[in-house]
Amino acid sequence: MPQYTLNVNRKDHVVDVAADTPLLWVLRETLGLTGTKYGCGQGLCGSCTVLMDGEAVRSCSLAVADAAGKSIITIEGIAEEKDHPVVKAWLEEEVSQCGYCQPGQILSAIALLKQKANPTDAEIDEAMSGVLCRCGTYPRIRKAIHRAAQLKGGGQ
Amino acid sequence: MSDRLRINRREFLQVLGAGSAGLTLGVFRLAPALAQDGSQVFKPNEFLSIDSDGTVTLWVARSEMGQGARTTVPMMVAEQLEADWEKIRIMPAVAHPSKYGSMSTGGSTTVRRGWEPLCKAGAAAREMLISAAAQIWAVDRAGCKAENGMVIHVPSGRKLGYGELAATAANLPVPAEVKLKDPKDYKIVGKQKMRLDTPEKLTGKAVFGFDFMLPGLAIAVIARPPVLGGKVKRWDDQAAGAIQGVKQVIEVSHGLAVVADSTWAALQGREKLVVEWDEGENAKLDSAAIRQYFIEKSKEPGKSARSEGDVAAALQTAVKRIEAQYEVPFISHSPMEPMNCVADVRSDRVEIWAPTQNPQSVQSMASELTGVAMEQVFVNTTLMGGGFGRRLMADYAEEAVELSKLLQAPVKVVWTREDDLQHGYFRPGSFHVLEGAVDAQNQPVVWKHRIAAPSISGQLYPQQPPRGNPDLVDGAAQLPYRISNLLVDYVMANTALPITWLRSVYNSANAFVNESFLDELAHAAGQDPLAFRLSLLPPDHRLRGVLQLAAEKAGWSEKLPRGKGRGIACHACFGSYAAHVAEVTVTRDGRLTLDRFLCAIDCGQAVHPEGIRQQMEGGVIFSLSVAMREAITVQNGGVVQQNFDTYEPLRIHEIPARIEVYIAENNLPPGGVGEPGVPPVAPALCNAIFAACGVRVRRLPVSENDLRWS
Ligand code: FES
Ligand code: FES
Repeated sequence: MPQYTLNVNRKDHVVDVAADTPLLWVLRETLGLTGTKYGCGQGLCGSCTVLMDGEAVRSCSLAVADAAGKSIITIEGIAEEKDHPVVKAWLEEEVSQCGYCQPGQILSAIALLKQKANPTDAEIDEAMSGVLCRCGTYPRIRKAIHRAAQLKGGGQ
Repeated sequence: MSDRLRINRREFLQVLGAGSAGLTLGVFRLAPALAQDGSQVFKPNEFLSIDSDGTVTLWVARSEMGQGARTTVPMMVAEQLEADWEKIRIMPAVAHPSKYGSMSTGGSTTVRRGWEPLCKAGAAAREMLISAAAQIWAVDRAGCKAENGMVIHVPSGRKLGYGELAATAANLPVPAEVKLKDPKDYKIVGKQKMRLDTPEKLTGKAVFGFDFMLPGLAIAVIARPPVLGGKVKRWDDQAAGAIQGVKQVIEVSHGLAVVADSTWAALQGREKLVVEWDEGENAKLDSAAIRQYFIEKSKEPGKSARSEGDVAAALQTAVKRIEAQYEVPFISHSPMEPMNCVADVRSDRVEIWAPTQNPQSVQSMASELTGVAMEQVFVNTTLMGGGFGRRLMADYAEEAVELSKLLQAPVKVVWTREDDLQHGYFRPGSFHVLEGAVDAQNQPVVWKHRIAAPSISGQLYPQQPPRGNPDLVDGAAQLPYRISNLLVDYVMANTALPITWLRSVYNSANAFVNESFLDELAHAAGQDPLAFRLSLLPPDHRLRGVLQLAAEKAGWSEKLPRGKGRGIACHACFGSYAAHVAEVTVTRDGRLTLDRFLCAIDCGQAVHPEGIRQQMEGGVIFSLSVAMREAITVQNGGVVQQNFDTYEPLRIHEIPARIEVYIAENNLPPGGVGEPGVPPVAPALCNAIFAACGVRVRRLPVSENDLRWS
């Protein structure tokens, strides 16, 4: 099987997997990073969202071969940054219920805030509409993104 | 501790255990309070222990599926225990047939059933710790009080931490009767507490069932029959076996299992399988036919669930009569985490890791299937990505147990989203025929509700007919309004489509029908829907308070322009009372926007207010999603919907711009919270649509209705 060098959470990993293996399964089962979730496998739910070179991508629909050489950040990589403003905002707004969708929500929110430091509700809706939450945490996600924007602003 | 003391203690415990066998929740059915290895752990009951370093360990027997059980349970115990919240550690309880009472997490029971036993468990431990301190200090215990993980001798100001008292307390008798705290002294219950399960869920460290791994664990997916209930006839697994990582293809009860060393290999293997299926009996199962069957059934003579006055006579003399037919579709729970389970079956021991709402049923299923004694079947409840009732079923755990037994190795069975949508158990669809009438004074005098629906218990347990009314009249037979001639009856209409409990169960369908048709009656009587409801509710009914609260916050009396509308609905279930107001806009060309949604809830003593708000918001969004566009349909014996493109829950841009939650404050015994917010949502929404544009939605989902108006 081919070898790929993946840069995940700022570290290089050499993995030995079939070229068409979705990044999702490589993260979860080869690297043991189970914070990235499977929800649909078809790019429909966003549970598997990770950052690739800073952009939110669906890892279930991305072949490992296409991720090689890129910088991948998962929820575990965000956790390494102590007191990340988005995570902090998520805690303060008590967003999470079952929590299953939340890694995907948080990474999507981080990607959004990188593009728009102070997004409106409409911009939040647009950027976040790809990530489903069956527990219905959407109103708190909106609030948490606004709060994170403030926290980030405050920190600068 | 001397041997003698130990023996006495055990005898004491046995006596206590025997005497309290009727306490089904088992608070005082005790294990030895002191660990046998001599470590200084104080464990006065099954729910808590205190270490010598002061750590309080709480065993949570109910599943955490997002509703906050692992926070509310500790809050109840810690309040009475006067514990230091920072020193609480939570342990998910391993399944046991009786130790913890029922572990089933359904029916919104965690708080309302747990309240009394858990408060008592905490209070008993507190009293023992106070006695221990009094003993050590040789003072009157009346001068001692517990506070924040310590006992304080008030006259002298001396203090001992719970950790320092644990060993002494362990040798004391467990009080049979304890006094619970006065609600005015609450420091934890009713206050804001950060959910204990959240931090690890935001770091990726939380282990859901899907995440659980063992070294060398095999992973399996099952090729399932396209026709429900079909069986494997023959297959060719050559191409599947050629996929790197695929280890084996093996026939199991539900189809063909592809066993591999990774999920991806198993999935690819399944793609490559060539299977010929024996379709069995259900090849003709079809949604249109099921609907027709319900309609036919609704014309048969019904069995009465509740009958008052004389409906037939009153219909004769009424001034105005209205009739309507309502229907709801089958729907899917679709929790974000699909079904999965890990099982390790050995000849004399079984261990299971399951995201289950019912570990006890998994335990008995596994014992039965393997012949291993119950005591040697260990079921660990993992975190779960939503449940909503789907995980009360043990079907997916059964697959893991069956397969592990066949393979003689630990295995994880995973379901894809397609498996989950197509091979689930659904909320039953139903058909309803309504008749109502008002008299010359514009008072409603007739309420007649005929239900044709499958019965969940009837389909799951055909051998056990219900003693009273069957489940399918739940929420309909309890109509809270005083109407002198009333008949609620039913015809059971079971089908081959598998069904189970889904968040609020029959209340979701029956409240939609009750509250929509009541709205129709209000309009027939020329009355305001809120005033009409209030006039029909008994004076002391707790729905009155929430109706008024929701209406007041919504500005009910303010007029809205045409095309905008407000709708109100209420329902009581699972020990709680909820009223919702929806505000919508419907454009002339029939486009619907959800502007605002308010809910008022009276759930008695609010244990975790922020958790209640989460459950209400989540319940509103969940049921708006269901009401707006969810439906499971069947064609040629198989479910049509496959993934989130054809069964698409609401997304963030589709929810109401504002959702507001109001909690009625009181200290009545706590009611449920996970489900009661659900039933009034669809009728509030549809009543608002009617108010906006005059279109009455009688068939869900809303998306199948034409809302154009002129
Ligand atoms: S799992 Fe990737 S989008 Fe759903
Ligand atoms: S928190 Fe449960 S799916 Fe989003």
